Amino acid sequence: MISVITAVIYLILAPLVGGLIAGIDRKLTARMQGRVGPPLLQPFYDVAKLCEKEDVTVTESQNFYILAYIVFMAVTGALFFAGGDLLLVIFAFTLAHVFIVLGAYAAYSPYSYIGAERELIILMAYEPMIILTAVGMYLVTGSFYVSDIAVSEMPVIMYLPGVFVGFLTILTIKLRKSPFDISTSHHGHQELVKGLTTEFSGSTLAKIEVAHWYETVVLLGIVYLFFGFNPLLALVVIAITYVLEIFVDNTFSRMKWQWTMKEGWGVALTFGFINLVILYYFPLGV
Amino acid sequence: MYDLIFLILFPCIIALLLLLINNDRVRQAIVALGALVISAGSIYLLVSSLTKGALYYAFPFEPTSQVMFALEVGIALLLLYLGVRFKQPVAVLLVLIQSAIMIFYELTWGLAVEPVMNLFIDPFSIIMALIIGIIGSLIAVFATGYMKTYHDHHPEVRDRRRLFFFVTFIFLAGMFGLVFSNNIPWVFFFWEITTLASFILIGYSETEEATNNAFLALKLNMLGGIAFAGAIAYLAYIDPTGGLLQLDALLASGQGVAIIPAVLISFAGLTKSAQMPFSGWLVGAMVAPTPVSALLHSSTMVKAGVYVIIRFAPILAGSLAGVSIALVGAVTFLLASGIAISQSNAKKVLAYSTIANLGLIVACAGVGTPQLIWAAIFLIIFHAVAKSLLFLCVGTVEHRIGSRDIEDMDGLIVRMPKLAAMMFIGMAGMFLAPFGMLVSKWAAIEAFIVAPFGLIFVMILVYGSAMTVFFWSKWMGKIIQVTPFGENVEGTVSTGKWVVLWCITGMTVLAALLFPLISSFLVEPYIFEVFGETTRLAQDNVIIMVLMIALLLILPLSYLSYRKRTGKQSRKIPAYMGGMTTTPDMKFTGSLGMEREMTTRNYYFEDIFGEAKLLRIGNPVCILLIMVALAILVGVTA
Repeated sequence: MISVITAVIYLILAPLVGGLIAGIDRKLTARMQGRVGPPLLQPFYDVAKLCEKEDVTVTESQNFYILAYIVFMAVTGALFFAGGDLLLVIFAFTLAHVFIVLGAYAAYSPYSYIGAERELIILMAYEPMIILTAVGMYLVTGSFYVSDIAVSEMPVIMYLPGVFVGFLTILTIKLRKSPFDISTSHHGHQELVKGLTTEFSGSTLAKIEVAHWYETVVLLGIVYLFFGFNPLLALVVIAITYVLEIFVDNTFSRMKWQWTMKEGWGVALTFGFINLVILYYFPLGV
Repeated sequence: MYDLIFLILFPCIIALLLLLINNDRVRQAIVALGALVISAGSIYLLVSSLTKGALYYAFPFEPTSQVMFALEVGIALLLLYLGVRFKQPVAVLLVLIQSAIMIFYELTWGLAVEPVMNLFIDPFSIIMALIIGIIGSLIAVFATGYMKTYHDHHPEVRDRRRLFFFVTFIFLAGMFGLVFSNNIPWVFFFWEITTLASFILIGYSETEEATNNAFLALKLNMLGGIAFAGAIAYLAYIDPTGGLLQLDALLASGQGVAIIPAVLISFAGLTKSAQMPFSGWLVGAMVAPTPVSALLHSSTMVKAGVYVIIRFAPILAGSLAGVSIALVGAVTFLLASGIAISQSNAKKVLAYSTIANLGLIVACAGVGTPQLIWAAIFLIIFHAVAKSLLFLCVGTVEHRIGSRDIEDMDGLIVRMPKLAAMMFIGMAGMFLAPFGMLVSKWAAIEAFIVAPFGLIFVMILVYGSAMTVFFWSKWMGKIIQVTPFGENVEGTVSTGKWVVLWCITGMTVLAALLFPLISSFLVEPYIFEVFGETTRLAQDNVIIMVLMIALLLILPLSYLSYRKRTGKQSRKIPAYMGGMTTTPDMKFTGSLGMEREMTTRNYYFEDIFGEAKLLRIGNPVCILLIMVALAILVGVTA
C-alpha cells in the first residue's frame, strides 16, 4: 500500500513545484497590486542567496528545531505521497509545526515569541477542520489511506461540499494568507516585524522557506483528493484554488487572532459537522 | 495464586515496618528494597502469567471476608471520628449511609453468600499490576528524597513521614487487591482502602486548605462508594447464592442482568476518576506533596476508576446508559482541555490534563467497541508513565526555583537542562506523534467513526485535541527558551531522585517504541478474550511510527556532529528589540529613563477558557447526563 517511489519523487520534486508556485504567487500578487513583480524564479534566487549568508543566531538550539521542522515536513509529505494513512500524515504535520513554533520560542525574543504564540493559535484553529476532512474522506471512500482515496471512483467532492468549503478556509489559514497571517506577516506589518521568523536568518531561514514549499504541495495534494475521480479536473481546481487564495490574500486586511479562531472552529462546526452528519446518517453504501 | 497474595500482602508488611521506623536512612533503604521487590514481583507476574490468559483462583472466602468486614467497620469508625472532629456533617452522613448499606448487606446476605473464585489474573490485570508495581513504587522511592526536602522547606508542617510512607504502601497494596479481586465485595473493600489512603495523603500538611480538600475528596468518593455498595446489595438481592458477586460471572451474565450494577459501579468509577461534576477533588488534591499527586494521577486512585469502567465496558456497550456515561467522559475531556489552557499553575495544568485524559478513557469505555477498549487501555499505560514523570519533574523544579507557576519557568533549559529535557519528553509523550498518547487518540478517532453515535465523539475529540496541542506547546516553549541569564541549579538534586527520573523517562520512550509488543502480548489477548475478536493498528503504520521515533532520537545527534564538523559556533547576536539598546540580560531603558526588563508571557485566554466559566457549563451538563443514565436504569427495572 505504501509506495516508496512516489515518496522519493515527492522529496525531489516538491521543492521545485512549491518554489514555482511561490514564484507565480508573487508574480500574480504584483500584478494585482499594479506592479511588474519579480521574475518567476525569484524564490529560488532568494533561497540560494540565503544559503550563502553567514550563520547568525540568537541561540544555537533554534537551528536544531528548524532542522527538525523541515525534516518532519518532508516526512509528512513523503507519507502523503507514498499513499499512507491520512491521519498519520496530519499528526506528522502537527509535529512539524510544533517544531517551528519551538524554534521561535527558543530565541527568547519578544517578536518571535508573540509569533510563536500566534502560530499556536493558528494550529489550534485549523486542527479540528483538517481532521474532519480526513474523517469525511473516510466516510465517503471507506479508507484512511491516501492511496485508496486518490484512486477512488467516488466523486468525493459531491459528498463533501461542506467539508471542502471548510478545508478551503483553513487552507487560507495554513498558507498564512491575509486575513489570517497573524503569526508572520507577508506584508511587512510593523507590529510583528516578521513574527515567528524574526530571529532566523541565512540558511536556517532558507530551510523555513523550503519547508513551506513542501507544505504547500501537501496541502494542494489534499485538495486533489476531493477530485481524485478526475485527475484533470483536480489539477484545474487546484489552480483555481490557489489563484483564489492569492486573491483573498490581496483583498483582505489582517484581522485579530480571535477572528482566526472563530473562523477555523466555526467552519469545522458548521460546514464540516453538518456535512458529516448528513453523510453519517445517510450512508452511501460503500 | 501466591504471587497475587504476595503482591497484596508484601506492601502491607513494608508499610508496617515503615510505620515503626523513624530513622531517615533506614527508611530510605526499606523503601528502596520494597520498591525493588514489588517491581520485580510485578515483572515476575508478567513473565509467569503472560501466556496463560485469564486464571481464576479459589482463595478461601472465609475468614478473609470477616477480616475485611472488621477492617471496614474500623475505617468507618475512624472516618466518623474525623468527620465529627473536623465538623464535616456531610462526610459523616455519607459514611453513615454507606455503612448502613454494607451492614444491611452483611446481615441479610453476607453470611449466606459464598463466592468461590475470589482472585484472578488476566492480561488487563497484569498491565495494571505493572503500572502499580513499577511506577507506583518508583514514586515511593522518589518520595523518600522529596519528603526530606519538603520538610526542610516547610518547617511548619508536622513531620508525619512514618504515616506518609505507611499509607503510601497500603495504597499500593489496595490497588493490587483491587485489580486482582474477582469477588466484587472485595473489590469494594480495596476501593475503600484507596479512598481512605488518598484522604490521608491529601490532608498530610494539616493546613485548613489541605483538610478541606481532603474532605472534599472523601465526600465525592463516598458518593461513588454508596453507589458501589448499592450495586453489591442489588447483586446479592437478585442472586442470594452470591454467584453474581463474582466479576467474571457477572460480566458473563449479559446486559439484561448486569446493566444496573454496571452503571452503578461505573458511577463510582466516574467519581473516582474525577469526571465532571466530581473533578473538584482531584484539582484540590494538588495541595498535597507532589509525590502524592504523582501517585494519585498516574498509577493509583484515578486509574482504579477507569479500571472498573473498562471492566464493565462489554456490559455498557450498545446501551443508552453506556452512551450517557461516555458522553460524561467526552464533555469532561473537552472542557478540561479548555480549562488547562487558562491555567498558569503547572500542577493545575497537569491536573486538568489528567481529568481530560481520563474523560477520553471513559468515553472510549462507555461506547465500548473492541477498538475503543484497545485505545482506552493504551491511554492508561501511556498516561501513567508520562504523567508521573511530569509531576515528579514539576515537584523537583518547584523545590529549586521556588515556584510552580509556568510563567516562572522561562529558560528552564538553561537553569535545569536535564530536568527540562525530561519534562520535554514527558510533554511530548502527552500529545505529540509518534509518542504514546497520540497513538491512542488516533485509534480512538478511527474507532469512534464506526461506533454508534460516533460522530459526536469524533467532533469532541478533534476540538479537545486541538486545545491539548495548544496548552502543551506553549508550556514546552516556555521551558526551552534559551534565556541569556540564569545559572545551572541542578546540582542539588539527589542521586536517588535522578535514578527514578531517568527510569521513568526511559519508560516513556520505551513505551512508545514497544507499544506494538505490549499490544500483541497483553492488550490484544485481553480484547480477544472479552469480545472474541481483536484489533490493532495497521502494520505499516506501526513501522512508520517507530521510524519517526528513531528519527526524533537521531536528530539531536546530528546537531552535535554539526558543531564538531564546522568546529565553530554560529555568530551570536542579541534578540531583535526594535532597535532599542539592550543589555545582555535583556534590560532596556524605557520611557522616563526607567530601566525595564524584557519579559515574555503566555496567552491564557481567561475570558474564553476560564475555569469557573467552563465548569459552569460542564457540571450541569454532566449531572444531566448522569441523571439520564440513572433514569434509563429506572426504566430497565420498571
